Amino acid sequence: MITEHFPILLIVVPLTSALSTPLIGTLNKKYCWYTAIFSISLSLFMSLYILNAVMHTGRISYWLGNWEPPYGIEYAIDYLNSYVLVIVTFIALAVTIYSKWSVEKELPEKTVLFYTVYLLLITGLLGITITGDIFNLYVFLEITSLSAYTLVAIGKKRNALVASYNYAILGTISATFILIAIGYLYMVTGTLNMADLSTKLPPLYDSKVVLTALAFFMAGFSIKVALFPLHVWLPDAYTHAPSVVSAILAATSTKVAAYAMIRVMFTVFSPEFIIVRVNITHILSWIAAFAIIVGSVLAIAQVDIKKMLAYSSVAQIGYIMLGIGLSTKLSVTGGILHILNHALMKATLFLVAGAVIYKTGIRNIEEYRGLRREMPLTMLAFTIAALSMIGVPGTVGFVSKWYLLLGALHEGKWVFALVLILSSLLMLVYFWRVIENIYFPKMHVAVAMDGGDKKKELPYTMLVPILILALLCIALGILAFIPLKIVGMISQMLVG
Amino acid sequence: MIEFILGKYNYWIYIILMMIGFYAMIAKNNLVKKIIGMNIFQTAVFLFYISIGDVKGGTAPIVWEGMEKVIYVNPVPHVLILTAIVVAVSTTAVTLAVVIRIYEEFGTIEEDRILEALED
Repeated sequence: MITEHFPILLIVVPLTSALSTPLIGTLNKKYCWYTAIFSISLSLFMSLYILNAVMHTGRISYWLGNWEPPYGIEYAIDYLNSYVLVIVTFIALAVTIYSKWSVEKELPEKTVLFYTVYLLLITGLLGITITGDIFNLYVFLEITSLSAYTLVAIGKKRNALVASYNYAILGTISATFILIAIGYLYMVTGTLNMADLSTKLPPLYDSKVVLTALAFFMAGFSIKVALFPLHVWLPDAYTHAPSVVSAILAATSTKVAAYAMIRVMFTVFSPEFIIVRVNITHILSWIAAFAIIVGSVLAIAQVDIKKMLAYSSVAQIGYIMLGIGLSTKLSVTGGILHILNHALMKATLFLVAGAVIYKTGIRNIEEYRGLRREMPLTMLAFTIAALSMIGVPGTVGFVSKWYLLLGALHEGKWVFALVLILSSLLMLVYFWRVIENIYFPKMHVAVAMDGGDKKKELPYTMLVPILILALLCIALGILAFIPLKIVGMISQMLVG
Repeated sequence: MIEFILGKYNYWIYIILMMIGFYAMIAKNNLVKKIIGMNIFQTAVFLFYISIGDVKGGTAPIVWEGMEKVIYVNPVPHVLILTAIVVAVSTTAVTLAVVIRIYEEFGTIEEDRILEALED
C-alpha cells in the first residue's frame, strides 16, 4: 500500500516540487503558487494520516531503502513528532495560501525563486521532524538554515542583507557545534540512530566525551531556537524578511528547532540523565525565565510592529523552554502545547502585520490608528491573537500558560510562577499599545482618517487564512481537550 | 603530560584550528575574513571526523580476496564528512553571494562602516 510509504513521501513531495518549481515557473510564474499549494496540501494530508496512525498503533518506524535501522536511515515517528509535523504542514499551508498576493507585490521578479526556496525550507523542517537518524537531522537542519538565510536575504530593504549575513554566521556556528556533538557521540557509541544511541549511551554517562557532546548540542540548539542570550540573529532577520517569510520562520522554524532540542534531550539522552545526573533542565529553566522577561521588556521598546513581534517571539520561546526546563508532567504539557499555540498566534500576528504592509505600507505601531475602519476583519484577527498572547481565558494562550503556572506551583517554584504572571503583564503593555491605536485613536487623528470611507479589506486568499488561524486561537482555547489529548500522551512519553 | 599532548596531537590540531576559525568569525571586522574564519572552523571539524575514523595501521576499506584479515579504517565518518563538506560549500556560496549584494548596496564590506550606514 502507498500509505506505508507516507513518511518518506512527506519529504519527497515538497522536495520534488521545490526542484520542479523553476521549470514550472518558466511556463507561467503563476503556476508556482498552485504547485506549492498542491504539494503542501498533500503533505498536510499525509501528516494527518500519520498522526492518526500513530495515535492508534503507536510508534511508526520507516526504513529507508529497507535497510535495517542501526545501519540504514530510519524515519521514526512517535506522538511528539507526528504532532509537530501536523503543526508545520498546517501553518505552512495557511501561509502559502496567503503568500500569493503578498509575494507578487513584495517580490515581483523573484516569485519563481521564492517558491523554490520556500518549498525547500518546508522540506527541511519536515525532515528534521520526521527523521530518527541524528546525522540526517543535521543535514535537514542545514537545508532549513540555508533556505532561511536566502529567504531573509531577498527582503526588500538593504538591512535584510546584513540580517541574513549575521543569521548565516550564527547559524553556521550552531550547526557546526551540532556536527561536533554528533561526532563525539559517534566516537563513543559507533552509531547514529537515535533509538540505538539511547540504548548504547546509558553505560557511558560518566564519560567526559558524552558530557561534552551534550554541551555542544545544547549550545548549538540554543542558537537555532533563539534562546536568550543567543537570540541576537532573530529580531533583525524577522523584521527585514518579506512578510510571508517572517510568518513561516516565526511560526515553524524555531518550533522545529525546539522539537529537535527536546528530541536530543529526552530520546538520545534520557530524562534521568538530563534531569537528575547533569541537571541541565534546572539551568534551562532559569535561562528561559530570563528570556521571557528580557524578550518582553525589549518588545515594549519597539515601534516597528514586526520587530515587536520578533522580540515577543524570544519571550515565547522562553515559555516552551521553561516548560521543558521545569520537567514535571504539567509543565511539559504546557511547554509542548505552547509549540502549537504559539505557532497559531504568531502566524496570525505576522500575517496581519504583513497584510497591513501589503495594503498601506505601514510598519509603525503609532500609524495603526484608523486601520479599524479600513480593515475591520484583519484587525479583529489581530486583536484575537494579541489577547491570546496575553493569555485571556478562552484563548489558546491561556491554556498553555495555565499548565505552565500549575507546573511551577506544583513544584513549589514560585519564582517561575511570578515570572509567568509578570510576563503576561508586560505582554499586556505592548499589545495594548497596538490595540489602543487600532480601536481608540486620539480624536483629531480619527477625524483625519475618516475623510475617505473606502473600505479596502484584503483579497480573499489573504483574508481567509488569517481568519481561520485567528478562529483556531479561540476554538482550540475553548476545546482545549483536543490538542491536550495528544499533548498529554507526549508528556507521558517524555517525563511520565 | 607530553604523552597527553603528543599522543593525541590530531585532536589538538583540530581544537587549535577550530578556535582560530571561531575567533575570526566573531572578532574580524571584514565580512569576507569572517567567511574565511567560518571555513577554517568547519574544516577543523572535518579533520576531527576524519581522525576519529582512523584505525592505527589500517588501510583503505576495500575488500578483495586474500585480504580479509587486513585492518581497515572506519569509512563511515569519512562518508559523513563528505556530506558536511557539501553543506560547507553551499554555506560559503550563500554567504559570499550575500556579501556581494552587501557590497553593491553599501559599497563596503567592513562591518563597522555598514553599521554606520544603517544607522543613518
